[in-house]
Amino acid sequence: MAQKTYAGVTVDVNEEGYFTNSSQWTKEIAVEIAKEEGIVLTGQHYAIMEFLRNRFTSGDPLSIRSINHSGVIDVKTFYQLFPGAPLKKATKIAGIPKPASCV
Amino acid sequence: MEQKFPIKKVSLICAKGSIEDVYASLIMANGAVMEGIETNLFFTFFGMDAITKSRMDKLHTGVVGNPALRLPGGMRMPSLLGIIPGMEAFTSWMMKGQMEKLDIPPVSEFLDLITAGGGKIYACKTAVDMFKLKKEDLSDHVCGILTIGEFYEHAGGEGSQIIFT
Repeated sequence: MAQKTYAGVTVDVNEEGYFTNSSQWTKEIAVEIAKEEGIVLTGQHYAIMEFLRNRFTSGDPLSIRSINHSGVIDVKTFYQLFPGAPLKKATKIAGIPKPASCV
Repeated sequence: MEQKFPIKKVSLICAKGSIEDVYASLIMANGAVMEGIETNLFFTFFGMDAITKSRMDKLHTGVVGNPALRLPGGMRMPSLLGIIPGMEAFTSWMMKGQMEKLDIPPVSEFLDLITAGGGKIYACKTAVDMFKLKKEDLSDHVCGILTIGEFYEHAGGEGSQIIFT
């Protein structure tokens, strides 16, 4: 298993850089991963990442549709916050596995 | 996975109006948008139902002449059963229920997601004329009515693909 060091902490990641142990994640680590993705984190980023982490913890699927029902932000804002591939980037920065859903 | 020649743009064509045909296009289009791929989705012929306001959330799946259709439990559904009144509506209702469980949204909501991510929805000029549709009959997601020539203009570029579902 691969390891990476963010903000002075060594964490376990898979070959694509996704966390394999989401409990190793901290907000300081998120800042560093976001920097790799070219994103500067704001309150909105943290709010939606918290939503995604909670969904992951409770075993609910991470779909783009769930963002619209999050009550945090809408999908359009989500695409603006994490340009390009939002769900992949957001889960990577939030320290949870890459979504396995097609939607 | 890093690709030497990644797909940068996809232009999908949806020419059929059954649930499974339309959703194949919608899932592929939404998936492309989610990957950061520039996406065009072009509806023509019976696919027009998916972007016609009064019909888009009432699509059906065909129950006659569909050899892959199975009854709950896995037995093939005989075509003759398909002619029973209400069978098509029931099967369509079942399909939609199964999709809802997978968090696959109704057509109008799916188009919301695709356009929110920057995907473009187009209608075919020939089909609009043939079915005597007006701009106001079409969903607000539709950003243009294109001739086939214009469609090809929109579809061009390095790393672009045209997909006929």
